[in-house]
Amino acid sequence: MGRKVLLEHDHIEGINTYEVYRRMGGYRSVEKAIKTMSPDEVVEEVKKSGLRGRGGAGFPTGMKWSFLAKPAGVARYLVCNADESEPGTFKDRYLMEKNPHILVEGMITASFALGANTSYIYIRGEYFYLVKILERAIAEAYAAGFLGKNILGSGYDLDLYVHPGAGAYICGEETALLESLEGKRGNPRMKPPFPAIAGLYACPTVVNNVETIAAVVPIVNLGGEEYAKIGIGRSTGTKLISAGGNIKKPGVYEIEMGISVEDFIYSDEYCGGIENDLELKACVPGGSSVPILPKDLLLKTAAGETRLMSYESLSDGGFATGSMLGSGGFFVYDQRACIVRSTWNFSRFYHHESCGQCSPCREGTGWMEKILHRIENGHGKMHDIDLLVDVASKIEGNTICPLGDAAAWPVAAAIRHFREEFEYHIKYPEKVKDPKHFHKTPFRGLKNVYA
Amino acid sequence: MAKFSEDTYDLALRLIKRYPEGKQKSALIPILHLAQAEFGGWLSAEVMDYVASILNIKPIEVYEVASFYSMFNLKPVGKCLIEVCRTAPCWLKGSEDIIQYIEKKLSIKDGETTKDGMFTLKTVECLGSCGTAPMMQCGHKYYENLTTDSVDEIISSLKEQNQAQVYVSNDFFREN
Repeated sequence: MGRKVLLEHDHIEGINTYEVYRRMGGYRSVEKAIKTMSPDEVVEEVKKSGLRGRGGAGFPTGMKWSFLAKPAGVARYLVCNADESEPGTFKDRYLMEKNPHILVEGMITASFALGANTSYIYIRGEYFYLVKILERAIAEAYAAGFLGKNILGSGYDLDLYVHPGAGAYICGEETALLESLEGKRGNPRMKPPFPAIAGLYACPTVVNNVETIAAVVPIVNLGGEEYAKIGIGRSTGTKLISAGGNIKKPGVYEIEMGISVEDFIYSDEYCGGIENDLELKACVPGGSSVPILPKDLLLKTAAGETRLMSYESLSDGGFATGSMLGSGGFFVYDQRACIVRSTWNFSRFYHHESCGQCSPCREGTGWMEKILHRIENGHGKMHDIDLLVDVASKIEGNTICPLGDAAAWPVAAAIRHFREEFEYHIKYPEKVKDPKHFHKTPFRGLKNVYA
Repeated sequence: MAKFSEDTYDLALRLIKRYPEGKQKSALIPILHLAQAEFGGWLSAEVMDYVASILNIKPIEVYEVASFYSMFNLKPVGKCLIEVCRTAPCWLKGSEDIIQYIEKKLSIKDGETTKDGMFTLKTVECLGSCGTAPMMQCGHKYYENLTTDSVDEIISSLKEQNQAQVYVSNDFFREN
């Protein structure tokens, strides 16, 4: 069993209440930070921990915190990104539902470190039932004196609020999130200035993912150096993985970074193998935005090394032969899955979610969806494949925010690794009429097709 | 003229206080949710104008936000808005069959409302339920690991309740 620092107590009944959470050692990090440390010392521990942003980008959290501008007399804000909308990802939902107090505690400790006196948890509107859970946890923390004026007699004041969104994937992008929090459309902002200089209400702001904030609790409790001993190399600590798709045991697993992908998929401790004992075909390891990998490149790197669940190992080989850990939205395709249909599905998603600000993304995602739809439905032409690659390459890097890249990468990767499957759809349109065309006969390469 | 109940109006004022003075527009999305729940599951121009008046902002500032976010309905919907996830992780687990089944069962297509005004079907993008796929949302409730049998049960129970299913009730927010 790997070490758990976030889901350690999630099986304990009543852990969602203050009383039980406190009895299990909850809010110690607040006491330790406020009573025995300066805000800068807390930031230093987070730096030492090597913690990297758990929302997908993997940027070092301590460094992000140290960029926060601190002009005198200007408010600073901490905003928690609980907009979790990346297809394949449901870890934050799980954490907030099971153990809302770890997020509240992390918000208090992190706000103290950053010198924020008002903090917000921006949560996707569809998670309204979690708003109720978080609001209750926050009320309990106020009642216990961990929020409000003069926390633990230190003179430090903090108010914490939950703010619901209303259904927009783009609001998971930090500047779109801030626009939305200001009561506007979720259109991402040009950077610079970065939120650390001019964020919410043009004040210095840090935006961190739910899991990142929660990880501050064990980091302060254990000390940054001790936390950094968990994991492997520059992938320190544990990571929540949302496991879904065609596996026997879908769910949220806290893993010590560095276990092998093969173990994660096949061991009974985690996914338990492929559903119905079918064959593993492919996997998206880090949420829909990261490149899909075929089985061979998923379990081993191009150099033949065992692929590990870590930032470095999953991205080994770059996009040519690797992928990314991303948000940890890990979903598995068995032999019956059609990669073209999946890619079309993703393109429809990004087209739907593009905010429309930048032409390459607004128009390009629509074109990719259209082209993929016609290939999947047997109306494609051979040159459509290169056309897709061309459109994807013209979106990537040409937009204000990374949604454009996120829309382009899955398409480019699917063609890179499964080109024959695209060609099959074009060459044998009558064979793909049934939407479940690979359910009876899995696709095993063009040379195995007898028309 | 649309007008909140006393309770909801008080809550709206409390929500406005969560943001710094002069930044009351931040409360727009939460208050639009309250409005949608109170005024029949959708936002008419009249309701949006009313919300603008509470926040002391221009109506256009409300319209442009309401039209951006997928949870706000700008046209009437049935008492129960059934939102079925169609994104890849749910697709891998059979969401296409579930969507077809509901379309057939209720004799409506994606985006349509049953004649009795009870159900509206809408396919939506990932709702963060990929480990319990396929899934649908109705009001604030998630219905997961769907099968055609469980869809039958859910729909009969919603029919029996004969109540508007909303994303939020006033008691979701703490009193502060």
